[in-house]
Amino acid sequence: MNIHEFQAKQLFAQFGVPVPNGKEIKTPLAAEKWAEKLNAPVYVVKAQIHAGGRGKAGGVKITKNRAEVPGLAKELLGQTLVTHQTGPKGRKVRRLLIEEGAGIAKELYLSLLVDRDSGWPVFIASTEGGMEIEEVAAHTPEKVLKELIDPAVGFQGYNGRNLAFGLGLPGLEPTIMGPFITMLGNLYRLFMEKNASMVEINPLVITTDKKLIALDGKVSFDDSALFKHVDVQAMRDLHEEEPLEVEATSNNLNYVKLDGNIGCMVNGAGLAMATMDVIKLAGSEPANFLDVGGGATKETVAAGFRILLKDRNVKGIFINIFGGIVRCERIAHGVIEAAKEVQIKLPVVVRLQGTNAEEGRKLLLESGLKVDVATDLWEAAQKIVAMTGKKRKKVEAAAS
Amino acid sequence: MSILVNKNTRVVVQGITGKEGSFHATQCKAYGTQVVAGVTPGKAGQEVEGIPVFNTVRDAVRKTQCDTSLIFVPPPFAADAILEAAEAGIRLVICITEGIPVNDMVKVKRALRGRDVRLIGPNCPGIITADECKIGIMPGFIHKKGRVGVISRSGTLTYEAVNQLTMLGLGETTCIGIGGDPIIGTGYIDLLALFEKDPETEAVVMIGEIGGDAEDRAAAFIKQNIRKPVISFIAGITAPPGRRMGHAGAIITGGKGTAAEKMAVLEAAGVRVVRNPAEIGMAVQEALSPRCGV
Repeated sequence: MNIHEFQAKQLFAQFGVPVPNGKEIKTPLAAEKWAEKLNAPVYVVKAQIHAGGRGKAGGVKITKNRAEVPGLAKELLGQTLVTHQTGPKGRKVRRLLIEEGAGIAKELYLSLLVDRDSGWPVFIASTEGGMEIEEVAAHTPEKVLKELIDPAVGFQGYNGRNLAFGLGLPGLEPTIMGPFITMLGNLYRLFMEKNASMVEINPLVITTDKKLIALDGKVSFDDSALFKHVDVQAMRDLHEEEPLEVEATSNNLNYVKLDGNIGCMVNGAGLAMATMDVIKLAGSEPANFLDVGGGATKETVAAGFRILLKDRNVKGIFINIFGGIVRCERIAHGVIEAAKEVQIKLPVVVRLQGTNAEEGRKLLLESGLKVDVATDLWEAAQKIVAMTGKKRKKVEAAAS
Repeated sequence: MSILVNKNTRVVVQGITGKEGSFHATQCKAYGTQVVAGVTPGKAGQEVEGIPVFNTVRDAVRKTQCDTSLIFVPPPFAADAILEAAEAGIRLVICITEGIPVNDMVKVKRALRGRDVRLIGPNCPGIITADECKIGIMPGFIHKKGRVGVISRSGTLTYEAVNQLTMLGLGETTCIGIGGDPIIGTGYIDLLALFEKDPETEAVVMIGEIGGDAEDRAAAFIKQNIRKPVISFIAGITAPPGRRMGHAGAIITGGKGTAAEKMAVLEAAGVRVVRNPAEIGMAVQEALSPRCGV
């Protein structure tokens, strides 16, 4: 789960990580009042959306003139920002973070996540703040420092010294050493206590008055640990999520919307991905990832159908079930029942394999439903692609 | 022969009185597995399908000499269950549970370091040695004793591959689901090494997916150490970056961990990479046919 920058900075402040004085703002009037209270030499107005690249997309405004703040707020609120991470549709700006600007002497990069190889948390730091760390790693890998933290004992002073000396902090600003190491310890505490999956500060700045401050902040959380943290759950912003994905989650389905036009419904995440891949190999594109899980029932299949049909790009549906514990005849019943509830006018191919696959196929064939039944994965994929391809041609012919 | 488990393996099921635990304990027993004990705190003295239930793993080990544990404990308590098994002297721990917090697994993995215990999973279908013992949730009937070892990060996709191997008459030795989480107990490399040493295993199927670099590291290991043919499929060539595809570990981050990249690295290491998951079985057959060996 992701949160907004202003929420990340609230958490930072709570854990003793220095941030600029700022506030979440939803109206130009509130912006005016806050600017007055803030009374700073420089004001920064930042659009709050769950995507990077806001600066380049015009989502960050800076002014020295307090009177301009409400106008900038008005300009940004309600605007749709298109960044390299939002996709072409962009994201509507519903809230802002207005904060005090800082005089920047040096920008650093800092993040904390779990290293998958070792299974230990790792700090990643660089003197090249303000740039994308992937770029830095690709072009100047020697400028990316990594410090693994032993989870048995947690963050230690030596971890901090390795990073601080590695970054050359004594040369940059000797008085910053102590606060920097304290901040690292605080970030580690935040990361572990709140079950974060990533904490990123880019840039972390040394100001002209020799202070350390998190000028930006990004925190994401481990979905599996949300049950431990009511406060984190409360930070969820559903506006920032795909509505169909939210609906899927509430039905215990794992759904990711994509751009193709063959909707697929599969049991198991690996097989669901493989099914998407097979659709592409057969010459089309998948409209989604949808894992109905190991305990697929009539209800989950029906919910799956509803979600697939709400995506207007979907021109055909491919159901791929490998019956293990889930018995295929139950899935077949689910498809038949769901088809009665949900009007399906699109071509559907159902591929059943594994436990009781034959009974399942028989049920579907005898149901009178207009579904194609298959046994082989490749044959099934070619079938649905051929059926939707034909349909597309007809539409084109009618249009011309 | 086989790897890790066989007909002599003595299994304790942690969480045996739950819905999942009791169902699968029964299924495993029916397959022929020696399920000798179950554990649910506070339910000692009960039985599940003739399997005695104990309060603690320690009690189960003392009374039944079980050496392998199969865990169905819900996510908030699963880390505790894994550590309990390790502390009680269990040699092989197989954790099926999906959705264990990553930080819990960070601590578990650290605590198991240097100990004589192997963890498989979590978030996996388990392990099966065909026609000998099944310790997990996979459908037993699709497996047939044979020549191929299988290692996979997935569940149903593994069944798909196994079914193809069985249908083609190749059969399997041992099949292991290593789990779809970012932090798992045992990765490809240890298992590849075990399969290389197992005289019955003639080829290994390795099923990977997007996210992380486990396949890249496995490729380097294969190049240096594995002489048996390795056949691989990597799921997720169509997966977009930055999105979690079902499994907690299946995510492309910072442009790293794409299927295309993994396929290229494996191919460069001499692995046969299959683009179409429907052709895994056939690729193994080709690799094992004498004509290809010459």
